[in-house]
Amino acid sequence: MNLRPDPTFYPSPKIAMEAPAETLAFTLMLSPDGSQPDGLAVVNVDPASDSYGKIVASLLMPNKGDEFHHFGWNACSSALSPLTGHAFLERRYLIVPGIRSSRIYVIDVKDPLDPKMHKIIEPEEVFAKTGYSRPHTIHCGPEGIYVSTLGGGGEDGTDGPPGIFIMDCETFDILGRYEMDRGNQDKHYDFWWNLPRDYMVSSEWGLPPQFENGIVPEDLLSNKYGHTIHFWDLRARTVTKSIDLGENHQMALEIRPAHDPVKEYGFCGVVVDTTNLQGAIFTWWRDENGEWQAKKTITIDPQPADPDDLPELLKGFGAVPPLVTDIDLSLDDKYLYVACWGQGEMHQYDVSDPMNPVLAGKVEIGGIVKKTKHPNGKEFGYGPQMVEISRDGKRVYWTNSLYSTWDDQFYPGDRGAAMVMAKVGENGGLELDPDFWVEFPDGYRSHQIRLEGGDCSTDSFCYPSV
Amino acid sequence: MDELLTTAAGLWLAVVASGLYHGVNPGMGWPLAVSAALFEGQRAALWRALAALGAGHLAAMLAILLPFAAMYVLIDYQIEIRIGAALVVIAMGVYLAVNRRHPRFLSRVKPTRLALWSFLAALAHGAALMLVPIYLGLCKLDELDMGHRAAADLMGQNAGIALAVALLHTAAMVAGGGAVAFAVHHYLGLKFLSKSWFNLDLVWALSLIAVGAIALWTAL
Repeated sequence: MNLRPDPTFYPSPKIAMEAPAETLAFTLMLSPDGSQPDGLAVVNVDPASDSYGKIVASLLMPNKGDEFHHFGWNACSSALSPLTGHAFLERRYLIVPGIRSSRIYVIDVKDPLDPKMHKIIEPEEVFAKTGYSRPHTIHCGPEGIYVSTLGGGGEDGTDGPPGIFIMDCETFDILGRYEMDRGNQDKHYDFWWNLPRDYMVSSEWGLPPQFENGIVPEDLLSNKYGHTIHFWDLRARTVTKSIDLGENHQMALEIRPAHDPVKEYGFCGVVVDTTNLQGAIFTWWRDENGEWQAKKTITIDPQPADPDDLPELLKGFGAVPPLVTDIDLSLDDKYLYVACWGQGEMHQYDVSDPMNPVLAGKVEIGGIVKKTKHPNGKEFGYGPQMVEISRDGKRVYWTNSLYSTWDDQFYPGDRGAAMVMAKVGENGGLELDPDFWVEFPDGYRSHQIRLEGGDCSTDSFCYPSV
Repeated sequence: MDELLTTAAGLWLAVVASGLYHGVNPGMGWPLAVSAALFEGQRAALWRALAALGAGHLAAMLAILLPFAAMYVLIDYQIEIRIGAALVVIAMGVYLAVNRRHPRFLSRVKPTRLALWSFLAALAHGAALMLVPIYLGLCKLDELDMGHRAAADLMGQNAGIALAVALLHTAAMVAGGGAVAFAVHHYLGLKFLSKSWFNLDLVWALSLIAVGAIALWTAL
């Protein structure tokens, strides 16, 4: 407990943007075959430092086969909530779930150059206290740390629907399930909210048998992955409306609400439209009658390709789909970054008018067919995937792995981890920094990035940006 | 010191001072008034939010003080009641000092229900309890002035004092919180919020213990 609020808690997104730039990034490393323990890499991102772009510290787990994916902080700017204020917490611990093992690590990064294991929650405890498995997204909210899961109970995670559980933000004890009434929600992926407006939005990927051993083409072609987003009354813990985006919109993944809590809209990325292989972004919003709505506002076309250049899975289509696997919104709610993991492109859309996004910038790197090299001449391996934006919106970082078994289907063979950074132009536009290239240890892949002091997909703000 | 604790003027001053103290404490809700004004884009929302917070705080004061007003009619047990009240206040302070965790049930209140939130916050943090020894002190002084009277009369009198204490305290609380909220909204800006928010948890708990201890000392 501090005597003053943690200096990295910001009342509004605008104040967060004015804070000092990040000097360190935390990146998850996973061993795709489970032959080595997964780990946390601390990357120097300070251009003034001699170690710029280098891993300056790391912590390997005491177990193997966890499969790291997403992670988050024990506390963020939501601690300044005027309603549930917990201003004297420290942003100090990273909560890192293993989505294959269901184990949760709490890592102390008070000294970021010497990360230490603080607590390990074994899978049995997660199962027993929640009936859920395969923990995934982390956000700090009312009553504690919210953790979304991808699996229900039982060996294959299909005994009951997956959902969200809450952990105590100080002891990290699992408190129990979140939901009171989940409506027809039977799959889960991401969730985020608007704390003062008291709503939450959640999305759907698929059940564990649909992803753990790779994408199931028959399920995809018969539209069996998730395609619905759910709107919740956050504190009443009930679904108030579910919007089916249309069954052809397979895998509605990342939920990105506007950061300014005055605004009642946000975005959701859809991996693939099975009727035409497009990727899509939906804008969701609350209309003047208080009703939730959603509309497709961005489509990205597939690119024709020679079947010889395509992996087994895509040969029949003669085209490479964009595969929108991650999206992220800058803190000023101006630019939405869209990772096209299949095509090897990172798009930047100006979403100042959320109903009419305009493509403002683009970077090509990697890709199933294009295999564009980094400006430094190195192979990027896969495609742009997990994307994270600096608080000031000037730097965009991303890595290249999606999920071990899916990587192997779309990009056969081991192609190495990567993490790159692109600079954002004064009036939009995106350009890779030729000097920023992170070398990871052999045999690892790279996944989500968290920036020191918070970033554009961790912090929830309770005060408007005015 | 002695005079301050045993004279009517001193005790009424304590009522006002505790109101200001509660008001400027962010835990009693002034950041909510700032937030309301920012969300609605107008200053009027700040005063509306403050009024709701004040109503909740007042209700919490009355909820705690009125039962004591009724009990205090038992003239033979007045010393015991005052000692008991002092011990309860001390116990609350010790509890809050040892258990520094925030009550989770407050997180379940809807952001639109400010008065309910304020009511529960004042109860959960012992804000209302802090007033009890001061209130009982005023009842005692009143008693000395008026001599013995009928129970019903006395009860009315006690309830009147309780209402006056709660109103004055809440007015001071609204004034204190309102001044900070207005200053942050109008001049200082949101950055002040994170800069000025001090961890008062322990100070708050110690204030309860101090108030209880003084009450115990004057009762004995």
